[in-house]
Amino acid sequence: MALAADGGAGVTGEVAVLGAGMHPWGKWGRGFVEYGVAAARAALADAGLEWREIGSIVGAATVRGGYPGYVSGATFAKALGWQGARVTSVYAACASGAQAVGTARAQILSGLADVVLVVGADAAPKGFFRPAGGERPDDPDWLRFRVLGATNPTYFGLYARRRIAVHGDSPADFAQVKVKNAAAGALNPNARYRTRVSAEEVAASPVVADPLRLLDICATSDGGAALVLSSMDFARRHGAARPVRIRAVSTVTPRFPNTVLDLPDIATDSWAAVAPPDATFRASIARAAYEEAGIGPEDLSLAEVYDLSTALELQWYEDLGLCGEGEGAKLLREGTTSLGGRIPVNASGGLASFGEAVPAQAIAQVCELTWQLRERAGDRQVAGARVGITANQGLFGHGSSVIAVR
Amino acid sequence: MSRTRTPVVDGWFTGAGDGFRLLGTRCTACGSVFFPREETHCRNPGCAGGALDEVPLSRRGRVWSFTDSRYRPPSPYVSDPELPWEPYALIAVELEAERIVVLGQAAPGVTVADLAVGMEVEVVPGVLHEDAETAWTTWHWRPTGVRA
Ligand SMILES: [Zn+2]
Repeated sequence: MALAADGGAGVTGEVAVLGAGMHPWGKWGRGFVEYGVAAARAALADAGLEWREIGSIVGAATVRGGYPGYVSGATFAKALGWQGARVTSVYAACASGAQAVGTARAQILSGLADVVLVVGADAAPKGFFRPAGGERPDDPDWLRFRVLGATNPTYFGLYARRRIAVHGDSPADFAQVKVKNAAAGALNPNARYRTRVSAEEVAASPVVADPLRLLDICATSDGGAALVLSSMDFARRHGAARPVRIRAVSTVTPRFPNTVLDLPDIATDSWAAVAPPDATFRASIARAAYEEAGIGPEDLSLAEVYDLSTALELQWYEDLGLCGEGEGAKLLREGTTSLGGRIPVNASGGLASFGEAVPAQAIAQVCELTWQLRERAGDRQVAGARVGITANQGLFGHGSSVIAVR
Repeated sequence: MSRTRTPVVDGWFTGAGDGFRLLGTRCTACGSVFFPREETHCRNPGCAGGALDEVPLSRRGRVWSFTDSRYRPPSPYVSDPELPWEPYALIAVELEAERIVVLGQAAPGVTVADLAVGMEVEVVPGVLHEDAETAWTTWHWRPTGVRA
């Protein structure tokens, strides 16, 4: 379908992306505030705005870093210098960034704010993510570690094995996702891992959670990402004639009964009494975004998806409707999702090249869409990019998908 | 000295030997089954809510998927850092009657090489770990026909 250039076609109205900025991902050993402030200053400079001109700041919170992490909006505002902006902090695990974007958008569309700064940053621990301490049997995240030792990679292993059994995927298919994403990440100065990886290297890396190997699973990283969002009127007054626009933000929950075993749960919902919904949770996240934007998967130029594992990226192809159920590996093998393909997925290099900096990651996905849609993505540019989608799923039932257009 | 046997979580399983069962709850209004057990509210959004009765889950089910943990999980998982890490398998099992998938550790000695999606498994009592006074008990999944 045609996309109106005036921003009038969306169901909910659009907001402009005036600026995008990141602190490079890595393992820098410093605090999250520093990464967030660096990203915020980069986004403000990109927007051509002073911090004083920002009416509202929304922080995506992190559980690492103690209280300053829980009140990240105020933490970043203080570090940038108190200037009296409206302040909000949001937390939704891996979907925190999307909730921050969604909150900023709601403020803009309701007229509460003209221009909003969105910031997320994290300083990741070494090794597996683990739950907060103490004896807390009422917390499913604590329980899965205490009772089962079920780390995040073991859930990724379950999904990967299920794909092998149901769809006939192979570990070699999974390895090709890493090969593809590492090749793209090598072209991205903000990526943590910037070297190409071969299928042989993936196959030679140690098994972490059968059938997945170390190079199938994303690392945990330090990083920061920020966006300056505004009303379309503000963008015009500011001289941004044709800004990237956010057309949809999907932050939906699952619907009962959720029949896929999701992190951090020990069991699914039962579907004995109520029939399962017609779409899985992940598919419903994208569906809500498409409906809000008034577009479909056939309109996409590119997608940034949460490749926590290589196998999970293939699942997202199907959940986004890029191909039919079970056809993800075929789409990959055909080169459709590589740079130069019909619908490049994770042109940024994805989590395979970044590692995960939880509250920053969903914001970083939107930064990549912004640069791609402006045709400022350098050697990893997707030619003629017009429409992009991000997709991600946060622990505890948090959908996360953003559609941006230009 | 014999150790006290204490469930790692209260009320999630009961019985011994062939009488061992996972315990969930069932809504008396809509019939939805919950594991881990819901005690106060039915989570079916179309249900006005009824009393939640304790219900033993089916002993047998089929493997939905499986994996293993090749590296030592962090705390609060308990393992002896003095001993080399011994990987164990995790199995997600679909119970046909309850239409629910329940994750659990595989019985000791069962590796991913012994498993296949769709294979029948049964729930058996197991020990998660032991300390000086206590054997912390749990549930394990084991392929049917295999005796410990
Ligand atoms: Zn009910």
